[in-house]
Amino acid sequence: MKPAQTTVPHQTLRGNGWLRKQAGHYQLWLMVLPAVIYIAIFCYGPMYGIQLAFREFDFSKGLTGGEWAGFKYFEQYFNSPMFWPTLRNTFIIAFFSILLGFPMPILLALVVNSIRSNRRKRILQTTVYMPYFISTVVLVALLQIMLSPTTGLIDGFLKALHLIPADTNLIGDPGAFVPVYVISAIWQACGWNSIIFIAALSSVDAQQYDAARIDGANRWQIVWHVELPAILPTIIILLIMNMGSILSVGFEKTFLMQNSLNKPVSEVISTYVFNVGVKSNQFSFGSAVGLFNTLINFTFLMLANALAKKTSKISLM
Amino acid sequence: MSNSQAAHSQKIQHSGGIADRLYTLVVAVISIAAFIMVAYPLYFIIIASVSNSTMVNQGQVILWPKDINLYGYEQIFKDTRIWQGYKNTIIYTVLGTLLNLLVTLPAAYALSQRKFRARRFIMPLFVVTMYFGGGMIPTYLLIRDLNLLNTPWVMIVNGAISVYNLIITRTFFETSIPEELHEAATLDGCSHFRYFISVVVPLSKAVISVITLYYMVGHWNDFFNALLYINTDSLQPLQIVLRNILLSNQAFAGGAGSGAGAGAGSYAQQFADQIKYAVIIVSTVPVLIIYPFIQKYFEKGVMIGAVKG
Repeated sequence: MKPAQTTVPHQTLRGNGWLRKQAGHYQLWLMVLPAVIYIAIFCYGPMYGIQLAFREFDFSKGLTGGEWAGFKYFEQYFNSPMFWPTLRNTFIIAFFSILLGFPMPILLALVVNSIRSNRRKRILQTTVYMPYFISTVVLVALLQIMLSPTTGLIDGFLKALHLIPADTNLIGDPGAFVPVYVISAIWQACGWNSIIFIAALSSVDAQQYDAARIDGANRWQIVWHVELPAILPTIIILLIMNMGSILSVGFEKTFLMQNSLNKPVSEVISTYVFNVGVKSNQFSFGSAVGLFNTLINFTFLMLANALAKKTSKISLM
Repeated sequence: MSNSQAAHSQKIQHSGGIADRLYTLVVAVISIAAFIMVAYPLYFIIIASVSNSTMVNQGQVILWPKDINLYGYEQIFKDTRIWQGYKNTIIYTVLGTLLNLLVTLPAAYALSQRKFRARRFIMPLFVVTMYFGGGMIPTYLLIRDLNLLNTPWVMIVNGAISVYNLIITRTFFETSIPEELHEAATLDGCSHFRYFISVVVPLSKAVISVITLYYMVGHWNDFFNALLYINTDSLQPLQIVLRNILLSNQAFAGGAGSGAGAGAGSYAQQFADQIKYAVIIVSTVPVLIIYPFIQKYFEKGVMIGAVKG
């Protein structure tokens, strides 16, 4: 292309500027096009299909051809005996995942940042990142092997220390489901999630440490008055983003950990959608339940965002 | 930086002495605990996979493998399901990741150009999809209507772009590649295509390796898409095969296939855990091998992209 290609449109702002400019940018349009097409079909397509939740699904007429049913399927879900259990289970898992899972990577990042020896730092980082690459299937298989009441390594260890009663079955016991879910999630993702905080910490100016030292700060006070404020914007942004997924409790892991013993506490909204929607072909009902879930997520995201905006002037959008 | 910090802490302020020493101790304890909690289970799987499974179950295998044998691995080599799954997963991962990069990189480049005004409405349209979607059922029906059910394409095309990776890449292009470079190239008569291929891509190895890793791991570990959209056995990826072997306790083909009947069944049962350990290693090692090669780029790649994104 000639140099004129990119410069000319900016000189001819007078007549029909926008169109001409876009014509000059045809290469950029071509480059972004595949992504736009994909997003339009695979992300906005299903959004258009949400109306299924308000229609009677008709197999022959496809996604949007059925008769209007109004809020019938929402009412059916709200009145079903599964409404409270699925909502409660989803909330409990999400709540503890954020409450325990969110601060841990920050703590780990502060620890990693304090290690002076580069070699030790590298060894620790490489190790704690690693579980992130293990698939959910393998993780759940590991849990089953390690927590087996007869031969499990962790199970035996906890019993030897009398931390759990000798007759506990950590895999089957409904009371153990949430702790096992949350702790294993931390084990798997804490290191990986700490990367972003480590990155934020690395941008703290060395002079700030020196200045704090001269003012007589000890290492704890440096954490509190220098390091934490420095990564606060990152913390808030990530917290908002996590709030937005408060109810999208990982389908895969819940689904894989689910068994007949723990089902009363492990049936969350997403597994319920799968079981009633895909497995038993109740497409309209499943869509309604799914939409309910999405709306709550979105509400939480907006609430967290508004709150953060008010208190700290940081926001996602 | 750490040297000057160390020097300062010795020179200045004795009042912080005890508190500082306590801090160092706490850091040491936490880092050692974190290291052991993550490293030991991983190490244990390795030694358990090559040890006598009876001794593993009795808790005798703790630091070193005992009575070394490769029974678990031998059984895996005989099992055709795993190799079929492996083959499928490799195909899905290679083609899928290639498609990911072909879609993500040019889009990120275009959206990083300040002169490209359309980005002001394209970007929000993309970001919305991170938080709002049609959900499982409408997506399932869309895939069905597109005739992608039970085809390899659903595993390759679905998820062709992740908006998160797009943002990381775009931010990298914006912050790490000087705009002057583009101006100079334009003066030399360089088009966007040309500039992207001969300047931007070579300068962006860091972020490209990072998102390649993200995408690859995503495809390699993908279970959800196959669960929903694939019914045909011959198309199942490794993760579904793994679930059948590891979690559904389906009989392992090796022992029964050798034709010794009930005897072989109980024999297989006895060694079931050992096979499981070996399966875990065989299925996870490929991803773990790639990771160290890419790790050195993290600081440059993910950090620049993610912190500001």
